Amino acid sequence: MSEIIKVGMADLKICKAPDAVTTLGLGSCVGVAVRDPVLKIGGLAHVMLPDSTRIKNNTNIYKFADTGIDELVRLLLKEGASKQRLVAKIAGGAQMFSFQNKSDMVRVGEQNVIASKKKLEELGIPILAEDTGSNYGRTVIFYPENGDFYIRAVGKDEKVI
Amino acid sequence: MARINLNEDDSVYFDVLKELGNIGCGNATTALAHMLNRKVDMSVPHVRLLDFKEVGSILGGEEQIMAGVYLMVEGDITGSIMFLLEKDSAKNLISLLMGMPASEGELNEIEQSALKEIGNIITASYLNSLSTLTNLSIYPSVPALSIDMAGAILSVPAIEFGLIGDRILLIENQFSEGLNGYFILVPDLESYDKIFASIGM
Repeated sequence: MSEIIKVGMADLKICKAPDAVTTLGLGSCVGVAVRDPVLKIGGLAHVMLPDSTRIKNNTNIYKFADTGIDELVRLLLKEGASKQRLVAKIAGGAQMFSFQNKSDMVRVGEQNVIASKKKLEELGIPILAEDTGSNYGRTVIFYPENGDFYIRAVGKDEKVI
Repeated sequence: MARINLNEDDSVYFDVLKELGNIGCGNATTALAHMLNRKVDMSVPHVRLLDFKEVGSILGGEEQIMAGVYLMVEGDITGSIMFLLEKDSAKNLISLLMGMPASEGELNEIEQSALKEIGNIITASYLNSLSTLTNLSIYPSVPALSIDMAGAILSVPAIEFGLIGDRILLIENQFSEGLNGYFILVPDLESYDKIFASIGM
């Protein structure tokens, strides 16, 4: 029996095929899915903020794109994954509300996407696909079995990237 | 150094925020009653500090469709405030206000605009009471509306709370007429201190 493991806000989980990882209702947060296609293990990080170094209260490493992705990769390597084989897909980073004055806080979704990409690039992990930005929430399910990343949104057809 | 620590349950500051939440909700309910021109009762609001992981699940699940009206707050304190309603409650409220049944399915433009205005009035009266109590001037921005999954809408205030801790302060207010509403007030860190200082703490 395969299981779908739930990842909460500012949280991360890893799993082995045929299990999958999911996070429901991603808004401005970003879901970063990383997997090793040979071992068929993967994980999903639900990051809320771009940069742990700009904030004093940064004990929860899962919360940030930089430390969250580091931790996700560390956990996968611990399970035997090879760093050279790792590949990523990302989703989320929407701007849920539109305001006239675009303060940093309003654009945090975009910043989360940029920070996640930067971190993955630093680690040398290629991004195979993404579904980011726009103004709607997303529910995502990631299958390390074949790397399928399912994305559902209100009033839209489900898609796989 | 900011004194507030939302990661501690027993903090006296948390009690103060709870009480401010209670008073704010009372005012918001009165405003709603005026707007609908009928008696609206409210239950004692629940004020809760939630871990991020629990946030989505308490409002009927992360995928529950909600309507969120979100306003930036400026003046002596800065931050934001959000008023959240379940989609059915939102439709209920719109039909009460407009005196006709709300449309099936998606809300049309007029209904969305009505909902923004409701959110505007409710949050403004909430902020007014806070402003009177603290003697601080507080100005809300134009409202923005989003109808989407609870998790996605809540990610916005959650991220702001994320800057100062790992929890979110949620005020749940049950109105009569089958309306379930939630308030989320997010002052930034310095604003908390100003609020506490203004009431002599």
